[in-house]
Amino acid sequence: MSLLQVNNLGVQFQTPDGLVSAVNGVSFDLQAGQTLGIVGESGSGKSQSVLAMMGLLAKNGKASGEALYNGQNLLTMSPRQLNAIRGDRVSMIFQDPMTSLNPYLTVERQMTEVLELHKGMTRREAKKRAISLLEAVRIPEAARRVDMYPHEFSGGMRQRVMIAMALLCEPEILIADEPTTALDVTVQAQILSLLKDLQRDFGTAIVMITHDLGVVAGLCEKVMVMYGGRVMEYGSANDIFYQPSHPYTIGLLGALPRLDHDGSELVSIPGNPPNMANMPKGCPFSERCTHVSELCISTLPPLAASAANPAVLRACHKAPQELKPSVEVVAHV
Amino acid sequence: MSDKKLILSVRDVKVHFKVKGGNDWPWTPKKTLKAVDGVSFDLYEGETLGVVGESGCGKSTLARSILNLIPATAGEIVWMGRDLRQGSEKDWLAVRRDIQMIFQDPLASLNPRMTIAQIIGEPLRVHRPELSSEEVMKRVRAMMVKVGLREQMINRYPHEFSGGQCQRIGIARALILEPKLIICDEPVSALDVSIQAQIINLLKELQREMGLALIFIAHDLAVVKHISDRILVMYLGREMELAEKHALYDKPSHPYTRALLSAIPIPDPKLERNKVIQILQGDLPSPINPPSGCVFRTRCPLAEAQCAGERPELRRLSADTQSSCLLA
Amino acid sequence: MLFRSKQKAVAEAMAANLSMAAVEGRSPWADARERFLRNKAAVVSLILLSLVVLACVFGPMLLPHSYEDTDWDAMAMAPTWHNLHLFGTDDLGRDLLVRTLIGGRISLMVGLMATIASVTIGIVWGATAGFLGGKVDTVMMRIVDMMYAVPYLLIAILMVTLLGREFYLVVLTITVFSWMDMARVVRGQTLSVKSKEFVEAARAIGVSTGSIIFRHVVPNLLGIVVIYTTVTVPGVILTESVLSFLGLGVQEPMTSWGVLIEDGTGVMETTPWMLLFPAAMLSLTLYCANYIGDGMRDALDPKDR
Repeated sequence: MSLLQVNNLGVQFQTPDGLVSAVNGVSFDLQAGQTLGIVGESGSGKSQSVLAMMGLLAKNGKASGEALYNGQNLLTMSPRQLNAIRGDRVSMIFQDPMTSLNPYLTVERQMTEVLELHKGMTRREAKKRAISLLEAVRIPEAARRVDMYPHEFSGGMRQRVMIAMALLCEPEILIADEPTTALDVTVQAQILSLLKDLQRDFGTAIVMITHDLGVVAGLCEKVMVMYGGRVMEYGSANDIFYQPSHPYTIGLLGALPRLDHDGSELVSIPGNPPNMANMPKGCPFSERCTHVSELCISTLPPLAASAANPAVLRACHKAPQELKPSVEVVAHV
Repeated sequence: MSDKKLILSVRDVKVHFKVKGGNDWPWTPKKTLKAVDGVSFDLYEGETLGVVGESGCGKSTLARSILNLIPATAGEIVWMGRDLRQGSEKDWLAVRRDIQMIFQDPLASLNPRMTIAQIIGEPLRVHRPELSSEEVMKRVRAMMVKVGLREQMINRYPHEFSGGQCQRIGIARALILEPKLIICDEPVSALDVSIQAQIINLLKELQREMGLALIFIAHDLAVVKHISDRILVMYLGREMELAEKHALYDKPSHPYTRALLSAIPIPDPKLERNKVIQILQGDLPSPINPPSGCVFRTRCPLAEAQCAGERPELRRLSADTQSSCLLA
Repeated sequence: MLFRSKQKAVAEAMAANLSMAAVEGRSPWADARERFLRNKAAVVSLILLSLVVLACVFGPMLLPHSYEDTDWDAMAMAPTWHNLHLFGTDDLGRDLLVRTLIGGRISLMVGLMATIASVTIGIVWGATAGFLGGKVDTVMMRIVDMMYAVPYLLIAILMVTLLGREFYLVVLTITVFSWMDMARVVRGQTLSVKSKEFVEAARAIGVSTGSIIFRHVVPNLLGIVVIYTTVTVPGVILTESVLSFLGLGVQEPMTSWGVLIEDGTGVMETTPWMLLFPAAMLSLTLYCANYIGDGMRDALDPKDR
């Protein structure tokens, strides 16, 4: 049985301009110890999907569908049940390490709080465990630093503290929402290498949300590409990167500035990011797709197994062979 | 390259700030924050210089000192043969016709209470007051079309546009005086990937058409690869390496450049997973109290005793590479 | 390249599809007006306050009595339709309705003048401090802090005793203690606007300092100025009422709500309407002004652009 099974997840927000669907029809499957990367740009709904699963949506948001963790639906649980799981079995790290830590509490207090709550440890035991975890995330002089305040750490170190806090109870799933976006690239490399090692040592399944395809390539076994609140393509990393079968994925790969490419022309995707309050009737990407047809504009393509590779799910009316010319363009650019 | 015209020559520019610690007594002497600590480079007509570094390296401060938005505290900024730092306010005003800037946050760089027409037309009103308002509008419209904006949007306000469109407005505003140099301060960092590519392609096209020189500041070496001819790598206010594009990416001669290059994630699973990353230990030192000698030595995997001694300057290693590493 | 020409075609098709019919943009002011009009409490308050103002200005002209006429038939009478003494009369036979409305004129007028004066001083003080920054800013703001520390009532008593109780001097006294909030808030907003990228962009273009102030900084201050003006008004009116209540306000025979309330408190047990009506008018005015201020704040919230 899969560790986390999400079926047809949807998130809607009640706004002054009406009901806005931020997420629609998201389904995926996470096995124990697996890494899943959710990739998308602004408006793709990637963050809202996981916030819905963790019960962290804003007041005017409502989630629909199922998010089955060990058979139980996270979306319909009472706050009490959810609290027992959050931080203990499923934990989350956020983008901005500056604002994710309480500036008024020492790191030690923030970490021991988690352990006292979920594991019933005493303060002393909890502190020992906190120090050992800080060492695991490679913070130098952990025993001394544990009594410091968040503002006394650098950005990269704060993010490690967050990771340490998330791993305190050895969760089965770690959700990371753009954890390295706000960090310098050398610090990002350190954090990603750390996550890889921790995943190997603790066997945690990781859901990594990011807009950076490079990060996903290094860390994730499975990749889900989202646009305009819907899943565009879902498959293994090798399939998605080497044989992309959705115009959006192809477009992203072509538009990405890459160190391993020659450094000449970037193939840009025309148009603007989607306006979630005003989505087209058919495929959300139809407004910007170079392969668009009448069918694409009028009818929503279902997320189904690809004809070329049944292990890949894609939401596109065009057959994979029709997209081959574009794939060649981006592969050789 | 040597037959191209030299337009800008920056020599040993320093930007130092006096800072007070929050808890100091009023009589404790102020410390000096060395944001930019001796940077020199040349820029030729029509070429693009990429300036790359992580946070705290001083690249944004350097950009602003070229335009006197943050005055440089030492050094020479020679534009078309004249040292701008010796000039008066009037001289700077004349220079601002030729050197323009585009900013990192596309929406914040536009006055929310002005229409696009007013925003793009403002440089004309300042530098060419003799133009009639019809003439100004004509030029504004022409520029909007050139950067890919629809003319009908001319009376709209910035908040009605997306990030990418706002950046196009910023570009239109920078180009309307037909400058010779545009300083781009992380112009695509705040944009989505698909929009980044649009803006980079636009800048390249406009550069070709108008013969512009660009100073393109970014923290991402991958982005800079697509638009630069030469690249300057900065760290803690100093220059680490200055090289032609292919030389820098194929055979980087400074350990910091090598670390930066290895750290950038490549969207190719096989390459990325088999990559050997040079992890830099430690943290960025404080710019108030930088390490002696080479500022990078505290994190450098190759550091030796001599690196703590005299401060290394950029040395020419070959026709296309300059490096400040003593061991190169 | 095949890809690129295809892209251009898609872009053009997309552009044609988008329905951007209107050429005129929606300025931030238009947005704010929309938001304000959606706030029912604010709109109702605006209507009520307008009615109060109209009544105070035109009411006395329409009523048969003047504010000093003695009606010998109706001394200390409860509100009645007889002789149109809708609010009743006081022990000298003077009609309370007319007196309340005339008193309203004074209260509102003092409120308006003191608001204009304190807002002007506050804006100039705050904008100068914010724009010049450095030591000038520090000194100017410390002066503001000192003003806050001064016990205004005691000084008001002193000023009135020394300078007299002329109408303009009452306005002056109130102004002296009401400009500080606006100064602080304008200074904060000026500092915030000054560091925004579009001001930096203007400097990069070479816009002169004067133009930067007038074209870039000031329009972005107006929002907060409007908000705090509507917040100052009730405070000023209340201050005037307090001073009048203590006998430091306008002199007899001129009256204001504060004076009427003071009179009414004295005879509250026997002729309660003498207190109730002026107090109700004052409360209504203050409530409405506060709701309008709240509505303005929500509509123009600087955080919302």
